[in-house]
Amino acid sequence: MSGAVSETPLLSIRDLSVAFTQGPQETLAVDRVSFDIAKGETVALVGESGSGKSVTALSVLKLLPYPAASHPTGQIIYGGKDLLSASDDELRKARGNEISMIFQEPMTSLNPLHTIEKQIGEVLKLHRGMGENAARARTLELMNQVGIRDPEKRLSSYPHQLSGGQRQRVMIAMALANEPNLLIADEPTTALDVTVQAQILELLARLRKENGMSMLFITHDLGIVRKVADRVCVMTGGRIVESGRTKEIFENPQHAYTRHLLAAEPKGEPPALDTSAETVIKGDDVKVWFPVKKGFLRRTVDHVKGVDGVDITVRAGQTLGVVGESGSGKTTLGLALSRMISSKGEIRYRGENIDTRSFREMRPLRREMQIVFQDPYGSLSPRMSVAEIIQEGLKIHEPGLSATERDRVVVDVLQEVGLKPETRFRYPHEFSGGQRQRIAIARAMVLKPRFVMLDEPTSALDMSVQAQVVDLLRDLQKRHNLAYLFISHDLKVVKALANEVIVMRAGKVVEAGPAEQIFNHPKTDYTRALMAAAFDIEAVPGGVVAD
Amino acid sequence: MSEFQVEAEVEKVRDQAQRGWLSPINKRRWESFKANRRGYWSLWIFLILFVLSLFAEFIANDKPVLASYKGEILVPALVDYPEEKFGGFLAVTDYRDPFIQEEINANGWMIWPPIRYSYRTVNSEIPEAAPAKPSWLYDEETRCQRYSGGVEDPRCTMGNWNWLGTDDQARDVLARVIYGFRISVLFGLILTAASAVIGVTAGAVQGYFGGWTDLLFQRFIEIWSSIPVLYLILIIAAVLPPGFFILLGIMLLFSWVAFVGVVRAEFLRARNFEYVSAARALGVPNRTIMFRHLLPNAMVATLTFLPFILNGSITTLTSLDFLGFGLPPGSPSLGELLRQGQRNLNAPWLGITGFLSLSIMLSLLIFIGEAVRDAFDPRKTFK
Repeated sequence: MSGAVSETPLLSIRDLSVAFTQGPQETLAVDRVSFDIAKGETVALVGESGSGKSVTALSVLKLLPYPAASHPTGQIIYGGKDLLSASDDELRKARGNEISMIFQEPMTSLNPLHTIEKQIGEVLKLHRGMGENAARARTLELMNQVGIRDPEKRLSSYPHQLSGGQRQRVMIAMALANEPNLLIADEPTTALDVTVQAQILELLARLRKENGMSMLFITHDLGIVRKVADRVCVMTGGRIVESGRTKEIFENPQHAYTRHLLAAEPKGEPPALDTSAETVIKGDDVKVWFPVKKGFLRRTVDHVKGVDGVDITVRAGQTLGVVGESGSGKTTLGLALSRMISSKGEIRYRGENIDTRSFREMRPLRREMQIVFQDPYGSLSPRMSVAEIIQEGLKIHEPGLSATERDRVVVDVLQEVGLKPETRFRYPHEFSGGQRQRIAIARAMVLKPRFVMLDEPTSALDMSVQAQVVDLLRDLQKRHNLAYLFISHDLKVVKALANEVIVMRAGKVVEAGPAEQIFNHPKTDYTRALMAAAFDIEAVPGGVVAD
Repeated sequence: MSEFQVEAEVEKVRDQAQRGWLSPINKRRWESFKANRRGYWSLWIFLILFVLSLFAEFIANDKPVLASYKGEILVPALVDYPEEKFGGFLAVTDYRDPFIQEEINANGWMIWPPIRYSYRTVNSEIPEAAPAKPSWLYDEETRCQRYSGGVEDPRCTMGNWNWLGTDDQARDVLARVIYGFRISVLFGLILTAASAVIGVTAGAVQGYFGGWTDLLFQRFIEIWSSIPVLYLILIIAAVLPPGFFILLGIMLLFSWVAFVGVVRAEFLRARNFEYVSAARALGVPNRTIMFRHLLPNAMVATLTFLPFILNGSITTLTSLDFLGFGLPPGSPSLGELLRQGQRNLNAPWLGITGFLSLSIMLSLLIFIGEAVRDAFDPRKTFK
């Protein structure tokens, strides 16, 4: 996959620095970074969040929030000109025409008020001066190219009518509309399912070959880098610590940080499967149907079946992994089991029927059934200190404790999750993502639960932090004999934690059984496709998974 | 006490020293508030004016602030002494009466406030028929012609000047402006605070519970807010004597609606935040969730609205006074001053004073409001 490397690079970044000014403070986000991208080459910028990789990419098109952002040093040379000192007019000509960009979040980077046709057509009309008909013809051609089925029907769709993968395809079509020389892809697959990720990566590789363009690929996922990049630049703390050919970096990493990144995959074995352990939660034919109402009297005409008849058993000291694509009903199932949303079907907690209890009647049980949420940035109230966050549940479930006793408990639990006790007077924004997730885990653990629902607790975290959180969870489980319901689309993490797995699709269980059996001998095509996408980043021919 | 508890105590003290009494986010807000120079200065000017006007009795009053009479220290500004005390026969002492003044000065002393008129004091010594021009427009002789001693009379001092003239009932305009400013601001503040409490609560309940609660409340509010407030006040004014608190009550019935929209929207948005779900999963009761987790989110929107609602309340009171349906006759009010200005075009000091005091007050509040909005804008960067 090596492109022909010509003498003069297409884009050359020399000593680029980026500084952000806020009030009297100035922070250096990127510190004298240099690299080249040759024609037809794919360069990957790899690093954890906060390493400055996205900021570097955004400065190529000067998309940073100036004047808060500034470039103390550096040049970005494209076509013999320095883009940093180029006028707004010159930049506008380059943006979306010669250099275009795909962003991470396909949900928010399309305008929800315009049709697909209008959004793709706009780029064509703006830069090419195309008329209505010519633009429509080209739009259809592009939509075919990026693999959107029935493009004629999709022309008048609005973004919310498309799935995440389709939206990202539309974004790619917009980026490709003017046949750019350079495509900057900023984590284009991070927000997507693994199966869709594989399809999008394949699409990008194909388009790159067909159009002969160069690509600057920003990601934190080394698996993807290995798959798509010719050359890699490893970034941390705003600097490039190592760069070179992909193969060389993966086989012979020189810098300690690169080695640390490569070694960061979640490891370890789940606890041994023990079907005789006490059943903590058991769901029988659990259904969550959302009514579709129509007409003047809002009569229920149909149901969206979020969860459609699932049998599930979670045992003490064991982890049940729930996997599937987004929209398959994993989280809904978890919320129904912990009685956060209403459902049909029997749910028993330690033999006691809880599916008829009201929210108020559930309150005494809440301390034994805890939830850890996906996003550690969203799940902690920004206005409360760590101690207040952790104490909140204690105040309700153990009102007898005095302030000093509560403080004592908080100190203990913080140490248990590996945080220093003196951090309890700080506020969440002072912590990194991994530390925040530890706080969220501490909040659940302080109540000494028996059952914990873990809703994608690692997917918002960097790879190396994921491994630490997985280790922590496994350690806590062993110590307190906890029953975990582990919901994730990341099969690598599931493999390291779960000893039983159910695979869900469209609200139904496709396959269930011991983890080992599912990972080594998947029975259904769907499970096999999930495995291929997660472990080898390979797309399966259409039809098996969503697109 | 274990070792790390001691350590933690040390850390706590250090942390607090670093933080001061403002959390970092509030510190940042204060910084960006100060960065808006106009708003910052407006806040100071307004605060000084407001605090001064709170002590209006000591600035403009027809009673001395402090007096000594036959060895007894009296505070006439705060306590009503019957005139018998000084050898008179009225129930309330008229300290402006030359007889009483002479009596007190003969047996002690008295300190007058800088302006010797209250808002309802009729100045019977004005040189021409009311409304009289500001005193500094007359020469000394004309100014003092009505005093028994003429220019030599002890009452012919700066303290008895009408700095901004008098109105058509010979009352001092400056005194009325000071008292009128106070009553307007207090009315605005009380009305805004009370409507904020009611409006935020109603919006919070609607936004948090959503569904039928929200639907029914919203329809109720639509009907409620379509009642014409002005006509209602006219009708009620015909039945009840209009007073400060009755007006406040009637206007409160309708003004809380303004807050419901923003607060409801914030609660609708924030009730699905993960930390709210997390609190629900901990078993935290609804009331606590609303108060502790959701209200701070809605506070930003509410605070941004507050100065504008405050201004609106003041303007409404002024316009009611202007129309004659506001505070009871004789009360100091800027609206009434404007009405006098409109009726007495030959006395431009009335209209000009009314216009200037209102527009300065409202502008100060709007400038402060703008700065508050800046301060709460998380995207605002400043140098």
